[in-house]
Amino acid sequence: MSYLRIIWIYFRLGILSELEYRANFFVQLLESLLGLAVALGGLAVVFNHTDTLGGWLPEHLLVLVGIHIHVGGIINMVISPSMQRFMEDVRKGTLDFTIIKPADSQLLVSVQRVEIWKLVDVVLGLVVMVVGMVRLRAAIGWGETAVFLLAMFCGAAIVYSFYLILSTFSFWFVKVENILVIFQSMYQAGRWPVGIYPDWLRFTLTFLVPIAFAVTVPAEGLTGQLTPQTLWLAVGIAAMMLISSRTFWKIGIKYYSGASA
Amino acid sequence: MNLGSIYRAQLKTTMAVQLQYRVSAIIWLIGLVIPPLVYLVVWRTVAEAGGGSVGSYDTAEFATYYIIVMVVNHLAFIWHMWEYDYRIREGVLSGLLLRPLHPIHADIAENLSYKALTTLVVIPAAILMSVLFKADWNVSLTNALFFIPAMIMAFFVQFFLGWALAMAAFWTTRINAINRMYFLGKLFLSGQMAPLALLPPALQTAASISPYRWMISFPVELLLGNLMLREIWIGLAVQVLWIGIGLLAVKFVWRAGIRRYSAFGA
Repeated sequence: MSYLRIIWIYFRLGILSELEYRANFFVQLLESLLGLAVALGGLAVVFNHTDTLGGWLPEHLLVLVGIHIHVGGIINMVISPSMQRFMEDVRKGTLDFTIIKPADSQLLVSVQRVEIWKLVDVVLGLVVMVVGMVRLRAAIGWGETAVFLLAMFCGAAIVYSFYLILSTFSFWFVKVENILVIFQSMYQAGRWPVGIYPDWLRFTLTFLVPIAFAVTVPAEGLTGQLTPQTLWLAVGIAAMMLISSRTFWKIGIKYYSGASA
Repeated sequence: MNLGSIYRAQLKTTMAVQLQYRVSAIIWLIGLVIPPLVYLVVWRTVAEAGGGSVGSYDTAEFATYYIIVMVVNHLAFIWHMWEYDYRIREGVLSGLLLRPLHPIHADIAENLSYKALTTLVVIPAAILMSVLFKADWNVSLTNALFFIPAMIMAFFVQFFLGWALAMAAFWTTRINAINRMYFLGKLFLSGQMAPLALLPPALQTAASISPYRWMISFPVELLLGNLMLREIWIGLAVQVLWIGIGLLAVKFVWRAGIRRYSAFGA
């Protein structure tokens, strides 16, 4: 069975189970629009008192907000719910049911829960991004698009690996769920360009909790502010994170002793 | 057994439980510090670009503002709206209902002891931020004294309204959306995002009409010395009003909810 088919099956399951709760779509839509209102409201309040924020124009920040919502949507659609479920499984011992399935356990764990209505955020983020670009009146060539897509892919890989590493800790520590709270609250910090933060916080947001790579770097790619060095750094870190999270997962799963053992 | 000794017993158990989860206390601390830190940095950047101040706030005052916001929010926040869904879904509530006492007492006691313990971590964090961002401390004794009742009532405004909100879990098993809406409103109108004075007038009015201002912003404004004596008294009165509304909400929603609960547990 190919990986893509497994992923598709879980997506379909997510869609099917959520179709039972169609009202949730409207709840999610409302929630997303409220989130957008707060993000835009925040920008409006800030730019009511200034013209640029750390060298970023309002339109640039609009693009950034779009990417922030888009990436947040992806995280909340698949990565976060799956990892939360996984940590619960470890605590209760029900991870056994996942492990005995004849497929790669990391893959199964990573896509096991899909909250399909979060697609609203994924789409909404794209819309905001496009609106920002249109208002910038920037011509986007193939070059910028390619750079942006590459930066997005690296950002996604880094964030996913980061989530996986944190979740894998639940093999050793109970109540690690709270760790996701760190990410969620740190993620808010990504709604602003990391350049404005003091050095220690910028370092944290770039290397310890890699939100800079997930949001600021792609935004810079799209608005033509990205340097080649940063892009290659993102590629390098993405590759390194994917490998190390995989390795750590294997150590963790070996350590796991199951519910009945 | 009187209420006092029940509270004491609850305090003791919660302390014991919390001491078992020291790592998650630190994780939680990061979640508490980050949002005010982010907005502090944003506003400081704006202030620096605009010649050192925004409205009546300069960089040092922004630092003081957000540090107090952090402490007040810590002392006043509640988490039961995230927990009731679980309590009802997993039937934990049934056990709590067997006790000869309204479950809200256990929740209040748990909250207070949790705060007592975690404040020991929050204070150093506040001091550290104060040094890092060169906060400006200039608090008058009168304001400090008025701050105490305002703070206590801010806690109860949040507690009763938040607890009533948590009861939504009796009617729906997916209350996350509702909670998120509640917190989005809070972010904006309680002064967590920006000092209310920097918001457009319409939003300032909305904040004062909503309970949000009285949950965080009011005690902060008070301690910073931004309020006249008359405004302080009016604010305290409004807090009393919201506590009353919150209590009524808790009473009615709980009664209606618990009837529903027994219906689907049976």
